[in-house]
Amino acid sequence: MTKLINLTMAEARKALAAKEFTAVELVDAHIKQAEKAKPLNAFVTETFDLAREQAKASDVRIAKGEAGAMEGLPIGMKDLFCTEGVRTTACSKILSNFVPPYESTVSANLKKAGAVTIGKTALDEFAMGSSNMTSAFGNVENPWKRKSDPSVKLVPGGSSGGSASAIASRSVMAATGTDTGGSIRQPAAFCGIVGIKPTYGRCSRWGVVAFASSLDQAGPMTRSVRDAAIMLGSMAGHDPKDSTSAPLPLPNFEAALTGDIRGLKVGIPKEYRPDGLSSEIQALWDNGIAMLKDAGATPVEISLPHTKYALATYYIIAPAECSSNLARYDGLRYGQRVEGKTLDEMYAKSRAAGFGKEVRRRILVGTYVLSAGYYDAYYAKAQKVRRLIADDFAKAFQTVDVILTPTAPSAAFGMGETDDNPVTMWLNDVFTIPTSMAGLPGLSLPAGLSADGLPLGLQLIGRPFDEETVLRVADVMEKAVGFNALPAFVEA
Amino acid sequence: MSLDKDTVRTIANLARLEVRDDELDHLAGELSNIMTFVEQLAEVNTDGVQPMTSVADLALPQRADVVTDGNCRDKILANAPEQQDGFFLVPKVVE
Repeated sequence: MTKLINLTMAEARKALAAKEFTAVELVDAHIKQAEKAKPLNAFVTETFDLAREQAKASDVRIAKGEAGAMEGLPIGMKDLFCTEGVRTTACSKILSNFVPPYESTVSANLKKAGAVTIGKTALDEFAMGSSNMTSAFGNVENPWKRKSDPSVKLVPGGSSGGSASAIASRSVMAATGTDTGGSIRQPAAFCGIVGIKPTYGRCSRWGVVAFASSLDQAGPMTRSVRDAAIMLGSMAGHDPKDSTSAPLPLPNFEAALTGDIRGLKVGIPKEYRPDGLSSEIQALWDNGIAMLKDAGATPVEISLPHTKYALATYYIIAPAECSSNLARYDGLRYGQRVEGKTLDEMYAKSRAAGFGKEVRRRILVGTYVLSAGYYDAYYAKAQKVRRLIADDFAKAFQTVDVILTPTAPSAAFGMGETDDNPVTMWLNDVFTIPTSMAGLPGLSLPAGLSADGLPLGLQLIGRPFDEETVLRVADVMEKAVGFNALPAFVEA
Repeated sequence: MSLDKDTVRTIANLARLEVRDDELDHLAGELSNIMTFVEQLAEVNTDGVQPMTSVADLALPQRADVVTDGNCRDKILANAPEQQDGFFLVPKVVE
């Protein structure tokens, strides 16, 4: 029998129903692996005992024939989702002792579906970063290694890097992520797993620590497209507690995986082939186009002319919303407090002590672009360009059904291999940010290995609330790619 | 766009973030880099374009104006850095 930790959720679910093993055994196998993978630092808080209890309850429900869609399946919960009674830090010092008195809608939905959370996974502080190196709880390591030099520690990407590392190392079968500019898709690509950022409004933001509210969206990270469909169905759905949650019926995402993409038109945006794009990424992309063609789809060249402005637009809008959202950390009602002589001094000292470098930088940028005299020149201007970016996609989707692009411009990089200029780090998200600006669903799937043995991802982008087409195409590509490489860390 | 030390000090104060004097030069440099990067948006023609405030094409929902939550004082206070007699304790603001 395949080792329990190498099963997909779809396989494990079938085996649990057939009583081949119990949920307790499945969860224990993953806890054991998580303990072995501890040096990767993927978890901020482990909830192993809680998980074992939940697994027992799952076994009872399975025996009674009352199993939920994810009954007994061990997952990781990004430490941005508030979990009742379990510390939730957003990987920031300012929330290092915060124990939410309530449960986020997404984590509550997963619990209701029977999923068993074995721990809270690490992220860049407040989800601001692309490397997991801005966390106040230490760097997270990618379980993949370069062939040329296995001694180099690689980043898992970010911000959902702990989730990606935990999945790739087989410590969990799946995990939640959140994506504001690429925080699900880029780490998924770096760690050789599947990740989908659903349409804005598909998953409730209630109880998710806010970064940039017009962009933040939760989604599943898994090892197969089918697992992503299963998990998305368990996470998503209308929630009256989030006024931007879409009041739409939830499709059966798994049923969308028909294997048939004949006649679909796949957009290939010419602006995603900038000068200097590595030949390796170009070849990966061309290979993906060829696979879709073989499966009966038709590639169509499209133009998204405002693509080059997406990054600049994002780095006005996201910091602006961040500075506004993070104003709530004032040292009064929750979070860390540092005393001062006056109330203002207490605010300023608490916030300076509680926030890390990247978060501070973004708060300052956001405060500046929203300040009197600059609002129209920066913030209002960015909101206008954002509409042009969204309009580009809307126009393209008049002729195509789905869009294929690379997920990230490179494979995972080494810790400390980037320079000090924040803009260089931000370039990681150059292919994922436009989708976020337009609120569209975007999925990254592993599409091959680099010459140095590292996973590379391709991104599929869909129409608003058409995750089904995205998943259907991804499922076909997944079969064509046949990605079965394992990180150095994991035995077959 | 180049930000000087005084501007950084002003926005840090607006953001209620304590910044040490010896950090100002470095921060001014970093923020100037970022602002220079985003300034490329000036070349985009946005005449007549409506600012996009939400990607969701939805009207904001309304609900009945009734209490839906509450009676959980202790839960709300549980994470307070300081509390007393069922209240948040804050520094004195009125002499």
